[in-house]
Amino acid sequence: MIIIITNTNLGTGTETSGRADNRAFDELRKMKIEAGVLERADGSAYLEIGGNKVLAAVYGPRELFVRRLMQPNKAVLRCKYNMAPFSVDDRKRPGPDRRSVEISKIASEALTPAVFLEKFPRSTIDVFIEVIEAEGGTRCAGITAASVALADAGIPMRDMVVACAAGKSDGKVILDLSEVEDKEGQADVPIAIMPRTGEITLLQMDGNLTEEEFEQALDLAINGCKIISEKQKAAIKNRYGDE
Amino acid sequence: MVHIVPEIIKESVTNLVKNGERTDGRAFDEYREISLETGVIEKAEGSARVKIGNTQIIIGAKPQIGSPFGDTPNVGVLMTNTELLPMAAPNFESGPPDENSVELSRVTDRCIREGEVVDLEKLCIVEGEKVWMIFLDLHVVDYDGNLMDAAVLGSVAALMNTKLPEAKIIDDEIVLDYDNLIPLPINDTALMSTFAKIGDELIIDPSLEEEEVMGARLSVGITQDGNICAMQKGGEKTFTQEEILKAVSIAKIKTAELRKLLP
Repeated sequence: MIIIITNTNLGTGTETSGRADNRAFDELRKMKIEAGVLERADGSAYLEIGGNKVLAAVYGPRELFVRRLMQPNKAVLRCKYNMAPFSVDDRKRPGPDRRSVEISKIASEALTPAVFLEKFPRSTIDVFIEVIEAEGGTRCAGITAASVALADAGIPMRDMVVACAAGKSDGKVILDLSEVEDKEGQADVPIAIMPRTGEITLLQMDGNLTEEEFEQALDLAINGCKIISEKQKAAIKNRYGDE
Repeated sequence: MVHIVPEIIKESVTNLVKNGERTDGRAFDEYREISLETGVIEKAEGSARVKIGNTQIIIGAKPQIGSPFGDTPNVGVLMTNTELLPMAAPNFESGPPDENSVELSRVTDRCIREGEVVDLEKLCIVEGEKVWMIFLDLHVVDYDGNLMDAAVLGSVAALMNTKLPEAKIIDDEIVLDYDNLIPLPINDTALMSTFAKIGDELIIDPSLEEEEVMGARLSVGITQDGNICAMQKGGEKTFTQEEILKAVSIAKIKTAELRKLLP
């Protein structure tokens, strides 16, 4: 069920939205998710939203060779976020930079609460997020794809984590910022939730919002997550059929 | 790490090959199913996605304006870089390129450079000052054997798909005209065929399973005129002179077949 939040800056509906791509303030970009797209990985997923193209792959649970990371009572979940050099307008130098290291960390932390890690002591679950093409919102796209890949790998989970951002651009609180809206906008609030309970596993914010605007953005993002969550489930059902 | 599985399957794969068969039922000179798409990345000036069997590489070409090398002041620059992503195989690790990744980049580069696929002299903007540099990035996302042939096929396709803005010199300044995109000047379509030696037999397009048990590997790059432009031997075992000549003659036929897949 989609609950429409009334935005004080707006009337209703699409025609007054004034967004560059004519979306309503609470409308997501066009998206698709596919599960099980790679042969070698234990689980994988491909996700497109707007101009973003993201691949996620999961290996594990498997032996952890780095002894100092090993947990005697549970598995560790390690996530690596990486951007292809050709994914952005000006070629990105290959290899990790500060941004991708931070995103890797917060993505690991966003996914970890959903996974029954205690079932696999002393082992690791490796999650790889590859951004093939970037157009704003790659961390959310990556986390959403990674959850589908985890499910595709058959890893027991409490819920499928889903991520989505809301923010403020052109003075209005809007859902799912595009690259232009993010660059020219005043704020960006990416979140991830476990949709069954609504618990928030990732929250970042940059920019400038009033308390009311933040509340609106959070509501918008949670609703966006719920819509994307249905697409995640559909991708898994598509691959494995209805149970 | 000792690979236990290859030791176990080695005998069965080798015996099959001895009897003229392969594990997936292919003929010795038969490629797996190949798919090739171009223009898959809108933000890249040229791109391709190539699949040979389950091996999959996404390739993007991005141009930048830079300085030419001192010894070739009127020639553009082509840089090939490969990432063997940890998502592509359980034994691939993130980090700086390892020797396999560097070899793949360099052999791909050699085949394209020596095959004169791109007319690099046409990429000169101001002699000795400014030239186009083409960065070819190979993103290996799924590894199921024979990266070499996939890398060259996808790279040539991505280069053929590449369009550059016209660079004009107005009042000593370089002006890029993005309304006037010109295709990269392509001279040739050199492609590569790779053989694995298992027992005393040569088989084309080795799968992962076959690569794990092969004694040696030979890659042959062939231009569209049928000349040899690059070769690379790999692996610890040896080849006889006859085997190498046989590989070359098969490669000539097979690269001509691969060429039909190019846009």
